Amino acid sequence: MTEERLIISRKTNNKFFLMIAIGVVLLIAGIIFMAAGGVADHGEGHGEAAAAGHEAASWTKRLFVNLWLNNVYFTGIAIVGLFFVAVQYVAYAGWSVLIKRIPEALSYYLPIGAGVMLFVFFLGGHDIFHWTHDYLYNQYLEDGVTPNPQYDPIIAGKAGYLNTPFFLIRMVIFFALWILFFNWLRRNSINEDINGGTSYYHKSIRISAMFLVVFGISSSIAAWDWVLSIDTHWFSTMFAWYVFASWFVSGLAATTLTVIILKQNGYLKMVNANHLHDLGKFVFAFSIFWTYVWFSQFMLIWYANIPEESIYFIERLSGNNGKYTWIFFFNLLINFAFPFLVLMTRDAKRQMIMLKIVTIAILIGHWFDFYLMMMPGTMRGDAGLGFIEIGTALIFLGVFLITFTKGLTKASLVPVNHPFLEESVHHHV
Amino acid sequence: MNKKFVLGIYDDEDVLLTAIENIRAAGTKIYDVFSPYPVHGIDDVLGIKRSRLPIVAFFCGLFGTSFALWMQIWMLGFDWPMIIGGKPHISLPAFIPVTFELTVLCAAFGMVITFFIVSKLKPSLRVNVFDKRSTDDKFVMAIEVKEGVTDLSALNNLLRTNGAIEVNEKEVVK
Repeated sequence: MTEERLIISRKTNNKFFLMIAIGVVLLIAGIIFMAAGGVADHGEGHGEAAAAGHEAASWTKRLFVNLWLNNVYFTGIAIVGLFFVAVQYVAYAGWSVLIKRIPEALSYYLPIGAGVMLFVFFLGGHDIFHWTHDYLYNQYLEDGVTPNPQYDPIIAGKAGYLNTPFFLIRMVIFFALWILFFNWLRRNSINEDINGGTSYYHKSIRISAMFLVVFGISSSIAAWDWVLSIDTHWFSTMFAWYVFASWFVSGLAATTLTVIILKQNGYLKMVNANHLHDLGKFVFAFSIFWTYVWFSQFMLIWYANIPEESIYFIERLSGNNGKYTWIFFFNLLINFAFPFLVLMTRDAKRQMIMLKIVTIAILIGHWFDFYLMMMPGTMRGDAGLGFIEIGTALIFLGVFLITFTKGLTKASLVPVNHPFLEESVHHHV
Repeated sequence: MNKKFVLGIYDDEDVLLTAIENIRAAGTKIYDVFSPYPVHGIDDVLGIKRSRLPIVAFFCGLFGTSFALWMQIWMLGFDWPMIIGGKPHISLPAFIPVTFELTVLCAAFGMVITFFIVSKLKPSLRVNVFDKRSTDDKFVMAIEVKEGVTDLSALNNLLRTNGAIEVNEKEVVK
């Protein structure tokens, strides 16, 4: 079996840098607009907000929330790449061998994700997470007698878990473990290319099994920490699954889209409609799975109608002047109805064009999913969808693509000595 | 009416697949091939069209969805309105689980029943087994003999040159 090396031309790389440059320009323009008057991006904005007695959100807050949103989204895609490869190893899967280098390379973003996450938390932690404010935890003011009007007994009750040192420890441990397992599995995979033999394969299965246990726990806690704790008063036992489902389907869509783009550029010669079909089935199935989790969470809260739970959906459906109403329904439409109806037939999953449209839609849709998870709890009615959002997303996309494609070029696209390579080449569904 | 078949017996999957291609290319119509296990790619070489069962499944599922929604909206909204949990009579989120279940049920049952009808599977069905070894370790290719049209010795030759280990003739009562 022959090696296949991906070459990223200077032109392509320049496109990625151009993407970042456009992002930076848009971001700066957005910030200037907002700092200068604030009406450009969030319509009704100031007057009303001032009348309602609270300060409109500053541009720094909006910037930090956006950085956090994009970083959680792309870090999720990165770690799902490793998760997918690990699942394939543990399941002794043969079909995916030809495409396994792609999800593997997604994880190259992890160190950047770790850096950005720590950086944004240190700079903008107070803007994103309400629970990081110290005054919430003191029952009395400094004199020790006067009750503190800002004391929040609910948040204070969570202090054992939700406190900055423990939060940071968890974040660092998760990223350290993820990066460690990624390097370990990746090194094994590359050594297998060089030396051959089945010992690497068996070792990879053991590493993957260990990683899956780690991932099961860490991805759930990461979802609570990084997303759920924004709405500190609220809680949902489905939430970890919900974030995982969103990450997983985005990661699968990213993998599938990359396979198609590489194939259209003449790479991955041995990948055929059968492999695409299986990837398509994964995307199809997990967009339904996401909907299933979404609905399970929604219906229980809707049915019980307990104020402390239903506030979350009220904020998104009718609250905040109906700002999020369209995104709420758009989220279901683009992440469920569209992939469900379009990818239903066998032919749609075997044709590149259909898969390409659907995976792009899913990637955009799940960005909005995270937008909907984070914005109402931080920006309230002041959230926007303008230059700042698009600019930040473009910068992250550019950085992600540079690290991802650089990771792809580091090894042969075909894992030449994988024991199941032959099976994958003859895969037939 | 009796029908006469020529049976080519094969003992190798790959030989069988090339044989099917060659024999069909030579203009001989293959009645059917019997195999102890599903052979990958045999549908393509035999020229069998893809099943249209998924279309049936889609419409049965659509029926299930509409039936479930109609049933719940009519029952709980019009025929016998009840207040449950302080919700409106017709509240869609509460209907979704039942709708989902009925969609799956109708799609699955519709598909299985259609399959039984289309392939004429019924308790009184009698199946001619051309060669019992096709349930063990041999592949059996059956070619119908048309009186006065089929050249038996040429057919015998064609099968043997394409790797058949045995060529038999069999008459079946239809």
